[in-house]
Amino acid sequence: MTDITDTNKVNPRRWLLSDAPTSAFQAWAGRVYSGCLDFSNNRLAVLGLSIIFLLILAAIFAPLIAPFDPILIDLRNRLQPMSASHFFGTDEVGRDIFSRIVFGSRLTLYVVGLVAIIAAPVGIVIGTISGYLGGKIDMLLMRITDIFLAFPKLILALAFVAALGPGIENAVIAIAVTSWPAYARIARAETLTIRNSDFIHAIKLQGAGPVRIITGHIMPLCVSSLVVRVTLDMAGIILTAAGLGFLGLGAQPPSPEWGAMTSSGRAYILDYWWLITLPGTAIFIVSLAFNLLGDGLREVLDPKKEN
Amino acid sequence: MENVIHHRSLTKPLNRAIGMVAMVAMTFLGLLLVTFLIGRVVPIDPVLAVVGDKASAQVYERVRLELGLHLPLWQQFFVYIKAVLAGDFGVSVLTSRPVLEDIARVFPATMELAVIATLIGVFTGIPLGIFSAVKQGSLLDHLARITGLFGYSLPIFWLGLMGLMVFYAHLNLLPGPGRVDVFYENMVDPVTGFLLIDCILAGEWDIFRNALSHIILPASLLGYYSMAYLSRITRSFMIEQLRQEYILTARVKGIAEWRVIWGHALGNCRLPLITVIALSFGTLLEGSVLTETVFSWPGLGLYLTHSLLNADMNAVLGSTLVVGSIFLGINLFSDFLYKFLDPRAG
Repeated sequence: MTDITDTNKVNPRRWLLSDAPTSAFQAWAGRVYSGCLDFSNNRLAVLGLSIIFLLILAAIFAPLIAPFDPILIDLRNRLQPMSASHFFGTDEVGRDIFSRIVFGSRLTLYVVGLVAIIAAPVGIVIGTISGYLGGKIDMLLMRITDIFLAFPKLILALAFVAALGPGIENAVIAIAVTSWPAYARIARAETLTIRNSDFIHAIKLQGAGPVRIITGHIMPLCVSSLVVRVTLDMAGIILTAAGLGFLGLGAQPPSPEWGAMTSSGRAYILDYWWLITLPGTAIFIVSLAFNLLGDGLREVLDPKKEN
Repeated sequence: MENVIHHRSLTKPLNRAIGMVAMVAMTFLGLLLVTFLIGRVVPIDPVLAVVGDKASAQVYERVRLELGLHLPLWQQFFVYIKAVLAGDFGVSVLTSRPVLEDIARVFPATMELAVIATLIGVFTGIPLGIFSAVKQGSLLDHLARITGLFGYSLPIFWLGLMGLMVFYAHLNLLPGPGRVDVFYENMVDPVTGFLLIDCILAGEWDIFRNALSHIILPASLLGYYSMAYLSRITRSFMIEQLRQEYILTARVKGIAEWRVIWGHALGNCRLPLITVIALSFGTLLEGSVLTETVFSWPGLGLYLTHSLLNADMNAVLGSTLVVGSIFLGINLFSDFLYKFLDPRAG
């Protein structure tokens, strides 16, 4: 005991990387630390994380960063090229494109965050219940999942938006509806591998019911593979949301959604390249960042699966 | 990729086939239920869509009865199933033609695009995947990885617009949107519906060249996405195979390296690769919605978005159902391949 506290004082790194942790906290901290080490070795993943961090900062401080009001129409200054006052130029009604892209980061994060908050919990609940209980319930739930998986995502999202009406909230709902089945499948697969392990039997013998086993012991173990999948999906979610915006079915004008901006710049493609080039680049960079982060997380959290 | 069908221990092929068909039938029923429910929650009054808002109350009531909207919901669902199975998807409000007829007319354009894109994807993606598996960590491997990552991150509609801007507007190397130049339109009899084939049949080589120059850009873009996916999957399949001991045996026997790779290892990836190609073909049909909008390509995707923007629900749900069924068919096909052609899955 004294030995460990001594080394703790002398060398926190050795304490974290100890082969024989003496407390659950030490084991946890050690795992987090070595995870961070692995992660920081992956330069691309760190790059992805930094871009997302910048995106979040841009979203929080948008009013401070953006020099102009993103929806203020100024027809005298329409279609201005890049300049010192308008970094990215202005669009067809004179709105500052840089300000619109900065404010657009809020919409992107809003969509990505909401879809993750809605779809991941639904997926994990359905997947763990299905996997743990098995039998008829499993059959039924997995059949429902399969039906949703049978539809191509974008087409199903389009049909939902057609039913609900265009708008960013409805786009979020539509994307969430098409996203949860994949998460349910992953959670179920994880549950099946955990279900018959000794520690679950031990908890059962102590009298724990299915609700407690699922919420307290199975769900936490599904989280890491789900986090990887959700992160990798975020790029797809951004692209789908932008696609819906581009088709005029997502965020409605004048809101500065990147996909919708690309769409409204289409008519000016011949002479005013910056109208579509810059919002599209923003979409690309952010979804690339999520892909890089997801790949990095997969290597850290899920070393079994490679490539 | 999650396949639709998951099997228990059915050993006899006949039982297996029956089980498979039953599963597909159930999934198809689910598909119908989803499109049916979407059609019912829509805030558009289906009667008004038919009669218009100037119709009298009597006409309105008559059409409501004709459409069966007075029935309870579950009965309406049965009516809907019957109609769909009979090939009746309703009439498009926009074109006033049966939806199925419309879809049959526009679908070949989408197929043509998706087939050429798949060919591009297969002939670039698979060799790329093989090379990067054989030379892991090489410059080519890194390049392939980056190309793949970009493919997963680039918005397809934006890439299409950029392509038009560069190759059409600035360099003037390729023609603009559309399937063929305006003055060539409707000059070839639609025998197969595939414009390129129709041109060959009619011997119209000028139109053929023109159509080919129109399809290059959209097909290459879609093909790029297919390549990104296929090269990544091929790489991991090949790495898996190259680790096996039979590869070592083949090498020890002195078989040429190219035969070990392209014959032995690739041969064992053939079946999963066909499955993956089929699945990526399905994804291309989906990707065509945005691509067709950018390139004004008169296919199913453009039809779907046009109908969507005009609240033409019969057409929207019909197209959704058709694409969903094709997906289901592709899944069934790839499962079939596994279950019946792979001797290990017995």
